[in-house]
Amino acid sequence: MPYRVHCMVCAGTGCVSNRSLEVRDALENEIRKRGLQDEIQIVTTGCNGFCAVGPLMVVQPDGIFYQQVSAKDVPLLVEEHFIKGRPVQKLLYKPPEAAAPIPKMSDIPFFKHQRLIALRNRGLIDPEKIEDYIARDGYQALVKALTEMTPEQIIEVITKSGLRGRGGAGFPTGVKWQKVRQAKGEPKYIICNGDEGDPGAFMDRSIFESDPHSVIEGMLIGARAIGARYGVVYIRNEYPLALERIQIAIQQAREYGLLGENILDSGLDFDISVTRGAGAFVCGEETALIASVEGRLGDPRARPPYPAEYGLWGKPTCINNVETWANVPPIILHGWEWYSQIGTERSKGTKVFSLVGKVRNTGLVEVPMGITLRQLIYDIGGGIPGDKKFKAVQTGGPSGGCIPAGMMDQPIEYIAPDGKREARDYLDLPIDYESLTDVGSMMGSGGLVVMDEDTCMVDVARYFLAFTQDESCGACTPCREGTKLMLDILNRIVDGHGTMDDLRALEEIAWVVKQTSLCGLGKTAPNPVLTTLKYFRDEYLAHIEAHKCPAHVCRALNTYRIDPVICVERGHGCGVCRRECPEKAIFGEKNQPHRIDQTLCKKCGVCVEVCHFNAVIVE
Amino acid sequence: MPKLKIEDLARIREQARRATLLREGAGRVKITVHLGTCGIAAGGRNIMTAVLREIEERNLHDVLVTTSGCAGLCSREPMMTVEVLGQPPVKYVDLTEGKVKEIFAEHIVGGKIADRYALAVGSERVM
Amino acid sequence: MDLATIESIIRQHGGQKSALIAMLQDVQQQYTYLPKDVLQYLSRTLNVPLSRAYSLATFYRAFSLKPKGRHPISVCLGTACHVKGAVKILEKFERELGIKTGQTTPDLMFGLEQVRCLGCCGLAPVVTVGQDLYGKVTVSKVDQIIKRYQKQEAAHAKA
Repeated sequence: MPYRVHCMVCAGTGCVSNRSLEVRDALENEIRKRGLQDEIQIVTTGCNGFCAVGPLMVVQPDGIFYQQVSAKDVPLLVEEHFIKGRPVQKLLYKPPEAAAPIPKMSDIPFFKHQRLIALRNRGLIDPEKIEDYIARDGYQALVKALTEMTPEQIIEVITKSGLRGRGGAGFPTGVKWQKVRQAKGEPKYIICNGDEGDPGAFMDRSIFESDPHSVIEGMLIGARAIGARYGVVYIRNEYPLALERIQIAIQQAREYGLLGENILDSGLDFDISVTRGAGAFVCGEETALIASVEGRLGDPRARPPYPAEYGLWGKPTCINNVETWANVPPIILHGWEWYSQIGTERSKGTKVFSLVGKVRNTGLVEVPMGITLRQLIYDIGGGIPGDKKFKAVQTGGPSGGCIPAGMMDQPIEYIAPDGKREARDYLDLPIDYESLTDVGSMMGSGGLVVMDEDTCMVDVARYFLAFTQDESCGACTPCREGTKLMLDILNRIVDGHGTMDDLRALEEIAWVVKQTSLCGLGKTAPNPVLTTLKYFRDEYLAHIEAHKCPAHVCRALNTYRIDPVICVERGHGCGVCRRECPEKAIFGEKNQPHRIDQTLCKKCGVCVEVCHFNAVIVE
Repeated sequence: MPKLKIEDLARIREQARRATLLREGAGRVKITVHLGTCGIAAGGRNIMTAVLREIEERNLHDVLVTTSGCAGLCSREPMMTVEVLGQPPVKYVDLTEGKVKEIFAEHIVGGKIADRYALAVGSERVM
Repeated sequence: MDLATIESIIRQHGGQKSALIAMLQDVQQQYTYLPKDVLQYLSRTLNVPLSRAYSLATFYRAFSLKPKGRHPISVCLGTACHVKGAVKILEKFERELGIKTGQTTPDLMFGLEQVRCLGCCGLAPVVTVGQDLYGKVTVSKVDQIIKRYQKQEAAHAKA
């Protein structure tokens, strides 16, 4: 068990002369008295240069800096800080000038709600140095798995922890491992699915880039549990830096004998090779991925048999995604009891989300399952920039759906884990695998794209359909033809030529594609259309009946006009729009109002983008 | 390299901990430049170059420079963390080469946090 | 075709048929496309039907049967980039370079592609040129990006 708190007492000459060693002894006594010696480590450090306010003490990991500590302060300090978690104000270091204090990481909303497990080493270690990983308890879980646990016990811990596949579907990881362990056939394989194809999600890239050894260690533990001999890391072609770092990490692990034969003298033989994707979204689907590793076209096949029985080269194969593997070492090290305390009844632990789109703070956040959309978008994300209105959040990439904000004050019925039904706002919906599926979306790999009033939901549906249609491998008819038909209809609607019959046909085809496609790509491709039809039907109607795009995104339905007053008063007729207009449809002189010739305008919208003064009005 | 035994792992852990925790005279300041894809895209490599140049020009011998992956807050990249021995780490955001210069003068050499560029002090909650 | 290069690529992958995709990736990197004679040579040497090499070359997005530009430009059209107006960036590149997406300039300096999410959504909209990545790109910045590589080449030519 690693220490919860490190207490670093300065033992430089200055502090020692100020009796810092007495403080250390008092601390050690007090901590032993309260039975905290396994949780709190006392370390004496060299001089840290701030002798004027000694004796000094730094408490990690919160980075609390105490000054002029004396032995008689110690009982209060232990009681308040180490037991109750409240730093003792009167001993805190105060900067000499009364400048506005810099907030602590733990006070900043973006970081405050996060809890890092999969991303535990982010920003803290050099990903190209195995020693840095080892210093932060790296490969300790492997030692535990090799020396203290049987394969059955490892699987039991993973099963009881409640860990579920982080790639999207949420299949219980322990159950999968058990299936592969019991399957007949040798050798067995382990695959790390790093073909992170969902647009808007990049947690797997980040894990490879910032902590590649966590994936390797997870796979090693998996290998011990299921009895696998070989592992494959499949990594997306668009991630060159991630590829480089995982390759370096594998090489270092081999040099240290952490991959190869008889690892740590335990008798475990396991090695990992890397396969680079070649740019096909469908290869994120497990059977297509396996085909691609075998050097074939990335065509998915019908399941069963599942890869657990018939996988890579026809052998039992355990395939989990990057984030799932990165969660394995901490669970083994700290136990299933610890992990299963975090999260909701049905979804345990944390989930990494990439928070992007129309939100102030963009980035990767790791939060306990069960956090609400409101907390994610407003507390962590800082809300919507530019006083715009929040419209929807898209989860789960092309397989997911759009959850509307418009129903913020219209409660929906939510079925609680205990089966009790209660009314909730969407935004207050605790996020887990089931709750997202209940509202027609899905967890997917964890992309959260925030959309505001300037986002057109019909255009979003069309965008995803264009994506899936383009990426459809063509093996089965419903997906190949159905997505094409749906895309044609959506293109007609955004161009202003859609009819009500189109809308009915769109809905009907969507259900057929959903129910009859071969693999997950086709089965989920209609979700963006179905959820936008359900929650934003009025926007479809506006396009069809009024020939208007309420968000002014669908360019064929827009009219562009320059406000002459703003153009002259603020912009002095700067002429940037005139120069940039590809159709030469804008006329005007310096210091004079500019105007757009509507007969020449092709509605590309460049003038809006380039005008520094917001003088171009879209109607 | 000889094959690792379990005892070796424990030894490496202790050695590496000492080296990374800035204890025992390894260095006075540790600078971590966050170089994930997004950090690099936002200009992280130029920040790294600026840091190395400052160290060389000022002839500093007690500053360790290391890289790390993404710190999570993409919208404030490029980012670096400065940790002075015995003090909590400070995260600087939205960096430019000019800001790096100022941070060296004020914080790394001068000992006073350049608070106008600092996002926060301390670390994130891990586990 | 440079036989020594192709042979060394085959050797690096142990001459395994199953590594054909990886070999094609190396060839693509070397030549910016998959030349016909290289595909034929690989097919003969590895004893793989040419039709199979061709099917891989056309299925996977990473491969091209025509030469790509020396500076391949990829405009990200991931979701985050899309909602932040990446289409207009792509169109601006098309206009400035006088080519359509998927094409290469006649002097082979630039190629223009769209890509589905580079995973830098926090910096949307994003464009890559070769190994260089540009975040928060605006329509007005497109010019500067193109000029940078033109200048680079001009300086290179002088030297």
